[in-house]
Amino acid sequence: MSYIKKPLVRHPSLKTNQLGLTVRDYEGTMSTLCAGCGHDSITAAIVRAFFELDTPPHMVAKLSGIGCSSKTPAYFLSGAHGFNSAHGRMAAIATGAAAANRKLAYIGVSGDGDSLSIGLGHMSHAIRRNVKMLYIIENNGVYGLTKGQFSASADMGSKSKRGEANAQSPIDPVMLALSLGATFVARSFSGDKTQLVPILKAGLLHEGFALIDVISPCVTFNDHEGSTKSYVHTRKKQVPIVQTDFVPAAAEITAEYPEGSVTKVTTHDGATIHLRKMAADYDPTDRTRAMAMLRERQAAGEIPTGLLFLDPTGATEMHRGAKTVSTPLVDVPFDDLCPGHDALERLQAAYR
Amino acid sequence: MQHEAVASSQEHIQPSGEEVRDRTNDFAFKLANVNGTGSASANGLIMQAIFRMGIPVSGKNLFPSNIQGLPTWYEVRVNAKGHTARTSVYDLIVAMNAETYARDIREVRPGGYVLYDATWPLSPALARDDVTFLGVPYAQLCNENFTEVRERTLMKNIAYVGTLVALFDIDMDIVTGMLKEKFSRKPALMESNAKAIKLGYDYAREHFECPLPMKLEKMDATKGSILIDGNTATALGCVYAGATVAAWYPITPSTSVLDGFKAFCETYRTDKATGERRYCILQAEDELAAMGMVIGAAWNGARAFTSTSGPGISLMSELIGLAYYAEVPAVIVDVQRVGPSTGMPTRTQQGDILMCAYASHGDTKHVVLFPANPNECFSLAVKAFDLAEKLQTPVFLLSDLDIGMNDWVVPRLEWDDSYKPDRGRVLSKEELLALPTPKYYRYSPEDEHGVAARTLPGVHEKGSFFTRGSGHNKLGGYTEIPDEYQEVMDRLARKHRAARHLVPPAIIEKRPEATFGVVTVGGCDPAVREALETLEERGVHGDFLRVRAFPFGDEVEAFLAEHEIVYVVEQNRDAQLRSLLILETSVPKEKLRSITAYGGFPLQAHQVIEGIALP
Ligand SMILES: Cc1ncc(C[n+]2csc(CCOP(=O)(O)OP(=O)(O)O)c2C)c(N)n1
Ligand code: SF4
Repeated sequence: MSYIKKPLVRHPSLKTNQLGLTVRDYEGTMSTLCAGCGHDSITAAIVRAFFELDTPPHMVAKLSGIGCSSKTPAYFLSGAHGFNSAHGRMAAIATGAAAANRKLAYIGVSGDGDSLSIGLGHMSHAIRRNVKMLYIIENNGVYGLTKGQFSASADMGSKSKRGEANAQSPIDPVMLALSLGATFVARSFSGDKTQLVPILKAGLLHEGFALIDVISPCVTFNDHEGSTKSYVHTRKKQVPIVQTDFVPAAAEITAEYPEGSVTKVTTHDGATIHLRKMAADYDPTDRTRAMAMLRERQAAGEIPTGLLFLDPTGATEMHRGAKTVSTPLVDVPFDDLCPGHDALERLQAAYR
Repeated sequence: MQHEAVASSQEHIQPSGEEVRDRTNDFAFKLANVNGTGSASANGLIMQAIFRMGIPVSGKNLFPSNIQGLPTWYEVRVNAKGHTARTSVYDLIVAMNAETYARDIREVRPGGYVLYDATWPLSPALARDDVTFLGVPYAQLCNENFTEVRERTLMKNIAYVGTLVALFDIDMDIVTGMLKEKFSRKPALMESNAKAIKLGYDYAREHFECPLPMKLEKMDATKGSILIDGNTATALGCVYAGATVAAWYPITPSTSVLDGFKAFCETYRTDKATGERRYCILQAEDELAAMGMVIGAAWNGARAFTSTSGPGISLMSELIGLAYYAEVPAVIVDVQRVGPSTGMPTRTQQGDILMCAYASHGDTKHVVLFPANPNECFSLAVKAFDLAEKLQTPVFLLSDLDIGMNDWVVPRLEWDDSYKPDRGRVLSKEELLALPTPKYYRYSPEDEHGVAARTLPGVHEKGSFFTRGSGHNKLGGYTEIPDEYQEVMDRLARKHRAARHLVPPAIIEKRPEATFGVVTVGGCDPAVREALETLEERGVHGDFLRVRAFPFGDEVEAFLAEHEIVYVVEQNRDAQLRSLLILETSVPKEKLRSITAYGGFPLQAHQVIEGIALP
């Protein structure tokens, strides 16, 4: 937590990516969140993912709603356009943005309050439309910014800071997304960067809507005993169901992965995602079985994590479904949009 | 036929004695039907035939808020002088809905006519001896001449078109020509329609004295005009303006804006070979999302719009405030219906004026354009996109059900191919790199209109900025410092004031002997003009002004200053336009006298005349 500006100088020995940029070039302004907030770790993972993907920052649009989590787009990718919109409305705004310009990469950051209450409808419909974007729910089970009320993801019986138990059943974004037909569903933990970074990278390259529910403890209002979204609880209960490794197109190493337990998925740009199944009977491309498996594990009190479901075809992506031109609509010249004088004259014959 | 007289409940019947005057090209009739029986096409046929005879005509659909089975009415007024506002003085009624006979028959003026289906006898209780009953056994004729059940029902309506052709002396060649155009690819339908028309026509010629005193004579008054509804024209305007993203949620009476947009885009913006579309239509999950999508698309540089009605504006208000404060262009088409709440979805009103002018919480003020007819729907739609981008702000196109869903005779739409969209201040990559400052700042420096240059995502890293609906300073950074916040808010107010020189000016018509002024808006136009002309014939003279935009231009201020008394005519209970004039000009409020009509039907001239004549 610091309000000072970051120094612009960087160490000459910092590693550069293919664009000649260092990881510092993917950072944003200093975070103003509480020290230890899970959201800051996610920010760091996002920075790393974009750096490793060699993404030109200005080709990214980062959007959010309102909440502590929704503040984070300011803390990564200063070189990208950002939109900190209104509470719960990020998905709708991102959908419109994606409609206008399909060549940018879209990353939406939201909270469990933002996404699962006020924005539930918008998020669900962005899933249905299969808008090509990475949608991150920074899930802490509480409303951080408005000081600790239970959110819709708070588990039944989990305790507030004052010890009050939550009486309502939670909305699980992962189960919701799966049942809505999401084509990429993952869960991770802000404290597990090794798992999170490859999932973020895979999500960014996914040809459609990629949902990542990231348990992100709120140190100020929800990191105590009795909370099911605390660091301690998550560390204890997290079970990686699928280990995700992301391999760029040019550098595939298959030797590490024994046959039989690995699913290989090739993204539209040729990169590969390896899904190493920790549970032998888990098939991350079978929606029904994925749901059944998740239910079982969750009933047993576990927090299954990893890239839980993936449909790599991209067939239902919004623009594909709408048959939009491949040129981004913002780049279509006006002359190709306006039918002109003669067409109007001809058309008006029908209104005589 | 001898019937007992039934007292008329019609409130606005004109003084008797008028039936002796010549009613050629000057009368009104009403068609009473059952919703869902295909009467719309029959009524449209008559309306279009009159239009093609060169006679000014208007048709008003008075339909219920349901899909099938309920009563529906269609009113047609022909007037050689071009007065096409609604009138409820009916010279003839076509009574095709037995359930509404009692009311429909009462509404005909003394000396008028009732055309009805004489297959079944009329109840004696419905009788009036001051009107002439014309009975045609439509059901019987159709049963004898058509075999299929559906055809028998549908053709009853087409048959009364034939009767009206005979009674009004409509040019039969025009009607046949229209059928040929309409059914060029469906010869069987063409044949049954022509047959039905002949049935109705021949029966009339055999049994009645044709034509009636109110009849039609060809004129030359609709040359260069088209017959079109406002929503179709709005949709065309959006296509011509180059809008590529439309996001909406279905609502009466604005749905046909998007239907039209989609149809025109399919014709003009779809690659014939590949099927690829140069547009994206998003049917949103609700109006909140629709507005969000428009903002997202416009933020990314597309010309984007939504179309809705009052209930939708209520929901969109949150994000309209965001667009205002973050300075994102957006075009919002509001086709007004009757409020509050769900109100009367299929009736017309001008009840959203104040809501649109100030939509959302905090200090917000928007640019609102008020078309009065389909021609203006087209041109002002294009203007709305130019203004939204020039001023980087939401712009409302505030139409209503009467303009949007009824057919109007208007001058042909004009398009100048030299038109270039005004994209406002958008920095290109080159301009960004050439900036004198090392960094680009979103909200400064401003130009003479109070507008700062924006940049689009994906153009260059130097143009990146953070858009936020939270407090920000002139550089775009987050702030809670009073002076910095106020500086931006003051500039936004300046921008709104500057808009008054950019919006379309009011339409003003002055009379040398005028003793008062009348200010009106939107679809009230024809009724107010007719009222002023009628009053002039009686020696009462008034000046006319129709506002076409908010903020009000200097000409509005001047007009208000010039007149001792100004009547403000509008269609809502609370005199919203009058309130806006009081709030936003320096006119003393005592000067402004309000004339309102808000029952849900289009305004009539007599309502204006009565308002002015009253002390
Ligand atoms: C329309 C509206 N209602 C309420 C609020 C107040 N509000 C701000 S953030 C927030 C909840 C944030 O919770 P979450 O999305 O979980 O984010 P967190 O702060 O926990 O990261 C609420 C209710 C608002 N900004 N706008
Ligand atoms: S209140 Fe909670 S969610 Fe918000 S910044 Fe602090 S720790 Fe993070």
